[in-house]
Amino acid sequence: MSAILVPPKGLSTAHSVVEPTAFAKRLAATVVVLYAVLTLVPLVWIALTAIKSPPDSISYPPKVVFQPSIEGLCNLFTTRSRQTEEYLKSLPPPATVCDESARRNSMVVVSRSNYLPRFANSLVIAFGSTLLSVGLGVMAAYAFSRFKVPGKDDLMFFILSTRMMPPIAVAIPIYLMYRELGLSDTKLGMILLYSAVNVSLAVWLLKGFIDEIPREYEEAAMVDGYTRLQAFRKVVLPQATTGIVATAIFCLIFAWNEYAFAVLLTSGEAQTAPPFIPIIIGEGGQDWPAVAAGTMLFLIPILVFTVLLRRHLLRGITFGAVRK
Amino acid sequence: MMAERAARSTPAPLALRMRGLSDRAIAWLFIAPTMLLLLAINIFPLIWTVRLSFTNFRANRPNAEIVGVGIDHYVAILTDPDVWGPMQATAHFLFWTILLQTLIGFTLAYLIDRKFRGHGFWTTLILIPMMLSPAVVGNFWAFLYQPQIGLFNYIVSFATGIAPSSFEMLGSVKLAPWSIIIVDTWMWTPYVMLICLAGLRSIPDYIYEAAEVDRASAWRQFWSITLPMVLPFIMLAVLFRGIENFKMFDLVNLLTNGGPGSTTEVVSITLKREAFEKWRTGYSSALAIILFVAVFGLANIYVKALNAVKNR
Repeated sequence: MSAILVPPKGLSTAHSVVEPTAFAKRLAATVVVLYAVLTLVPLVWIALTAIKSPPDSISYPPKVVFQPSIEGLCNLFTTRSRQTEEYLKSLPPPATVCDESARRNSMVVVSRSNYLPRFANSLVIAFGSTLLSVGLGVMAAYAFSRFKVPGKDDLMFFILSTRMMPPIAVAIPIYLMYRELGLSDTKLGMILLYSAVNVSLAVWLLKGFIDEIPREYEEAAMVDGYTRLQAFRKVVLPQATTGIVATAIFCLIFAWNEYAFAVLLTSGEAQTAPPFIPIIIGEGGQDWPAVAAGTMLFLIPILVFTVLLRRHLLRGITFGAVRK
Repeated sequence: MMAERAARSTPAPLALRMRGLSDRAIAWLFIAPTMLLLLAINIFPLIWTVRLSFTNFRANRPNAEIVGVGIDHYVAILTDPDVWGPMQATAHFLFWTILLQTLIGFTLAYLIDRKFRGHGFWTTLILIPMMLSPAVVGNFWAFLYQPQIGLFNYIVSFATGIAPSSFEMLGSVKLAPWSIIIVDTWMWTPYVMLICLAGLRSIPDYIYEAAEVDRASAWRQFWSITLPMVLPFIMLAVLFRGIENFKMFDLVNLLTNGGPGSTTEVVSITLKREAFEKWRTGYSSALAIILFVAVFGLANIYVKALNAVKNR
């Protein structure tokens, strides 16, 4: 958490002469802090629900003080079945904390749930597509940045416009195409799809970053006997590292968070966590502590990445249009 | 060999170009893979959609005979009064989310720009919701909206005295559209705020200093300096939000799934119902194409505005 305390660098240019009055500052601070606290209530509530027992999670009035429980986490990672008292008594003592918690509700742990495999799918698909889209993006961005490409503006616009399509509209033909090609519900299919969506962002952002590297660096290297490709690899790529990392994190976050394609095109084998978490159910409806626990675990990587990214956030969300 | 000899006997810049691949070759070699991927995953399917939109094809009956129906689907969609329901739902959603997010976002940015102590820390906290997965977090809002046990109803009842079980955010025809607007505003206000903040920070101090010298009132400074100079940034934010929310799917799908009835059925939900529930692939392809043309139009305007902001 302490890393968040560092103010974002790009966001702290101070006005010099026209300084707001102390009263204006205090008023502004009060409103902003109030908003920030209010906006974080749902997130705090997710965190609290994750460590509540199911009865506590649905009590009225909502409980702020409660006995923490690991039932939510256990329910997230296991599937359980209800058993008769006689059968439960005949069993050996519970081996794990989750066994113990299930016994208290007259249940036994049957197997592991699908949460971990779905989480793993999210990881593989997010990292795979990021690697591919940034790899392709950095090459295209370099070409657009340094060479005279006929119809450059049109091509750049074409690349961007592919991102404007409503996912549902593209999902119909992709669904049919993947069925023909045997890519339905496969990780490879999802990696290709997310790469195609992300490559537009990658090209636009990376072109901005590469534009900022002076051409003289490569020209000097080429005078020293490097070929164009060597100069690209040994001069431009190292110079663009920050930009590449920032772009990669943006692609990663998109692929990690994506829901529309995932829910329409995957159902088992390649299903990611976002379509899975909402359908975690317990006995008699949604198991909210388990959902909250699954949500929290899923959000933590993004919280870390947001902190890492904060200096490039603005640039990323505006496709490089605003650079400060 | 030839190339080597030629390279040695030509002046330096030309020689550079002769060694290894030519710049032209590299340019195409570097751009081609991206283009191929986009052609395969975006353009080819799009052309396929266009073709399907003129047929009665149903994806759940792949072996049935495909009959061409001409532009029947397009005529049906554009003359069907029922299609205006989703359009209106989308317009209502777009209008209110953009209005609220712009007002709150700009206000917050303006206040943060007063540079009170610790503003960087609070800014980072405010930004968190927009980075999270709309589906995963939006799903949790369904829990907050539960009558009686939900935190949202409880807080509203605490603040206003209305009984928490007397209203249902997701189940009532009147409130359901607002339940989605609230979550979207909660999520994306930071986005507008961040862009507005960049706009405010881009105004050079000397303009305000000159205004001070001219004894312009604070009010006057706001209307004739601050607002006009931030306006392009606000427009940019509005366009981005507009395009994104035109495509809105995840929050609505998880919170109300278009219900109750079809009060919150935005166009993406209609498309999902037609394509993946009723399996009217031909009809939904035509609808998808109409939507795509609309978004493409928006995208065009957006790129122009983007360039205008860039070239300032």
